[in-house]
Amino acid sequence: MRLVVLPVQNRELVIIGGGPAGLSAAVEARRLGIKDVLVIDRESEPGGILKQCIHTGFGLHVFKEELTGPEYAERFIEQAENLGVEIMLNTMVIELTADRRIVAVNSREGLIEIQAKAVILAMGCRERTRGAINIPGFRPAGIFTAGTAQRFVNIEGYMPGREIVILGSGDIGLIMARRLTLEGAKVRCVVEIMPYSNGLTRNIVQCLEDYGIPLLLKHTVVNIHGRKRVEGVTIAEVDDDMKPIMETAKFVPCDTLLLSVGLIPENELSRLADIEIDEVTGGPVVNQRMETSVPGIFACGNVLHVHDLVDYVTQEAVSAARGAASYLADGGKKYKHIPVSPGNGLRYVLPQRINVDAMPEERQNFFMRSVRPMAKARLFVESERGVIKSSVLRYVKPSEMISIQLDRDEMRGIKMLNFSLREEGDSVERGE
Amino acid sequence: MVDVVIIGGGVVGCMIARELSRYQLKTVLLEKEDDVASGTSKANSAIIHAGYDAKPGTLKAKLNVRGNPLFDKICSELDVPFKRIGSLVVALNEEEVKVLEELLQRGKTNGVPGLEIINREKLMEMEPNISREARAALYAPTAGIVCPYELTIALAENASRNGVEIKLNSPVLSIGVENGEVLAVRTPGETIYTRYVVNAAGLFADEISRMAGAEDYRITPRKGEYLIFDRRFGGIVNTAIFPTPTKISKGILVCPTVDGNFFIGPNSNDVREKDDVAVTQQGIEEIIKSARKLVPELPLKHVIASFAGLRAVSNTDDFVIGASKKVKGFINVGGIQSPGLSSAPAIAEMVVGILKEEGLELKEKSDYNPERPQIFKFRRLSCQEKRELIRRNPAYGRVICRCETVTEGEIIDAIRRPVGARSLDAVKRRTRAGMGRCQGGFCSPRVVEILARELGIDPLEVTKCGSGSEILRGRTKEFIETGGVTGAK
Repeated sequence: MRLVVLPVQNRELVIIGGGPAGLSAAVEARRLGIKDVLVIDRESEPGGILKQCIHTGFGLHVFKEELTGPEYAERFIEQAENLGVEIMLNTMVIELTADRRIVAVNSREGLIEIQAKAVILAMGCRERTRGAINIPGFRPAGIFTAGTAQRFVNIEGYMPGREIVILGSGDIGLIMARRLTLEGAKVRCVVEIMPYSNGLTRNIVQCLEDYGIPLLLKHTVVNIHGRKRVEGVTIAEVDDDMKPIMETAKFVPCDTLLLSVGLIPENELSRLADIEIDEVTGGPVVNQRMETSVPGIFACGNVLHVHDLVDYVTQEAVSAARGAASYLADGGKKYKHIPVSPGNGLRYVLPQRINVDAMPEERQNFFMRSVRPMAKARLFVESERGVIKSSVLRYVKPSEMISIQLDRDEMRGIKMLNFSLREEGDSVERGE
Repeated sequence: MVDVVIIGGGVVGCMIARELSRYQLKTVLLEKEDDVASGTSKANSAIIHAGYDAKPGTLKAKLNVRGNPLFDKICSELDVPFKRIGSLVVALNEEEVKVLEELLQRGKTNGVPGLEIINREKLMEMEPNISREARAALYAPTAGIVCPYELTIALAENASRNGVEIKLNSPVLSIGVENGEVLAVRTPGETIYTRYVVNAAGLFADEISRMAGAEDYRITPRKGEYLIFDRRFGGIVNTAIFPTPTKISKGILVCPTVDGNFFIGPNSNDVREKDDVAVTQQGIEEIIKSARKLVPELPLKHVIASFAGLRAVSNTDDFVIGASKKVKGFINVGGIQSPGLSSAPAIAEMVVGILKEEGLELKEKSDYNPERPQIFKFRRLSCQEKRELIRRNPAYGRVICRCETVTEGEIIDAIRRPVGARSLDAVKRRTRAGMGRCQGGFCSPRVVEILARELGIDPLEVTKCGSGSEILRGRTKEFIETGGVTGAK
């Protein structure tokens, strides 16, 4: 039998992932005049994780109004449709090479091979699991990551449990604490191993405090009970080295354990294309135009680093689209980069390298995260010549991303950039 | 009236079932859980040992050495991946080098082919990530790896296609004996009259033996805990790497899996309960500490799951295989701890031999088919094959598990095949959906939906591993009406 070999499709810009990052990038790319923009998404509807985020709090920066996740997505889906972005749904990209060849699969066309001139990675992230944090105990039904539980409740219409303990105070966990409470479940407590919460302050207030759900800091789950279904968990306080203090262990009855213990950028495809990955962010190393170490492949959103606000994802996606447009215009001209590094007090800074002359815009966004909470801190931006800029930040938390812009003129001619955060001694009053 | 009832759907029970399915017999296999391979067979080191470890003259030694070479044929017939990757016992000091010599001699006595002691240089070449402390190693080229639950499921399926009746959710409640002879086996649903009973009940073989009034022996559950790592780091070792063994255990190893991951474990601790498969903090620490002695740089951030299995350790210190002297027609196949998996094909041959001696007439079937129809594993196909498969059945174009690239077609097939999947774990064991780095976070809602649709049940009835392990507890809004806690302050 003769097999039908479909021709390779040639496309200008292919965006992998149709969540907030992919859609924002697609819209911007069309606005910039890129004619052929294809978004590939594995789900039956675009919008990514926003589809299941039915709570409000999206769009405060970008639209200056408070939207739900689906509403935020809808604005971009509409624009994308109006601008003639092609969205290929129910399609999974299974291969990506460094020369931008893509293999995708769906039921209609089968296997699709695409040669793209430029690619934007927008695959988002996945949730860290129980295995990654090694919680001892049995492996019964009733253990869910917070996002999976969110999908069951908000998309499928099912309740994962009645009596719930949440491990980790990530934002999805906090949102789910409220959601499940409103649905009539009892959320016994949120247990956080760190001495501070890992979610946005507004979520701690609006999702836990307003409902009287206890947040136990410096606590963790040390055992899961139940052979078939979760019957309870043992929680314990941890010491300063995060080791459980077994004398403090106590049993909390519950039928469900939700995990909200971190997100991991999903870079399996990036690795296939030999893209350099930053071990700290878990995402690609990028330059001023969000271009990865592989020319013509760009990245934005949670695949690059985990964001706490979708608004920043959109901003970053706009930069990536502009980057891709400039790449398509300059035909992949080689640029030299200067290194951008995190100093004291910071876990990472993005982009990790820049070329000041090749910046697509006059101002460059830098995103960074602190290593610990600080009531008041001063952010220093230094080059080999000394401090370029410094500013005071209040209520810095590792869970809340810091974003700062620098003008091209502030950076002209420098050989390196270093960002650092110094806690300022004077005590500040609480409350804003 | 049937000829043989096999109690236990582990690798041993299923291997015996398949072996018996060659003959014109009525055979029934009873499994108390909702799937085969639900006990020891799903959680072990998955190694087909070469056979140097067991004491010469024991059943363990004899059956291991006999069983090992049978795997190539069985796995090829059943389309189950099997890799003869070889094993290394690593000596970290001069004392241990001496033990390697003993093992080599023992291996030769047991009749293990190809054993050799390799020096440090050769070892480093074979395993670049091995500890710098390593002095020498015993290399056993015939050792291999297999997926033990995939094998067990394949055996059950093949046995089923060849006429063995496999009854799941069928715990044995009692065994009827009349005039010192086996008469019947009772389960919650029925009483099955039979001429022979084969007791392959794993951890519970002692209880089944006692239930029949047959030989009295004791099975102690001995727990082994494991950590399994992301496939991305699968290349850290190439062979099954053991430390030099102690009297109690073969030790904690670092070993690849057939699916491209690698694991560390198991430790070895006697436990009281036969369902205590809880992973412990001490256990995790213990296996990490020991495994690091062999491979110092372990990617601990990339552990994807931990699990524990229980060895069925008999107080007789060897496999307990034989026809009962007290109850005619009752055959014990108990105490099958390591190297039980490696020995399983030889155990099955031996058991069929025993049944024959006990008077079971074995007439070969003309239509016995040792082969399992091909299972499409999307991720293993070439581009052309993928294209053709999707064209024939579009369900193979829908990727459900993104970590392991498992398609809807594979999941539907796993449910519809003989001894088909009825739960999330059963789908996972057959297809690997949910076994990757996200551990089902992405695909489990989709698999629940497919299971409900295919089985014609409500999604609320879908379980993780049988009754009592339902995934979901209700529909939204339901709990509010039944008086849950609601509302903001």
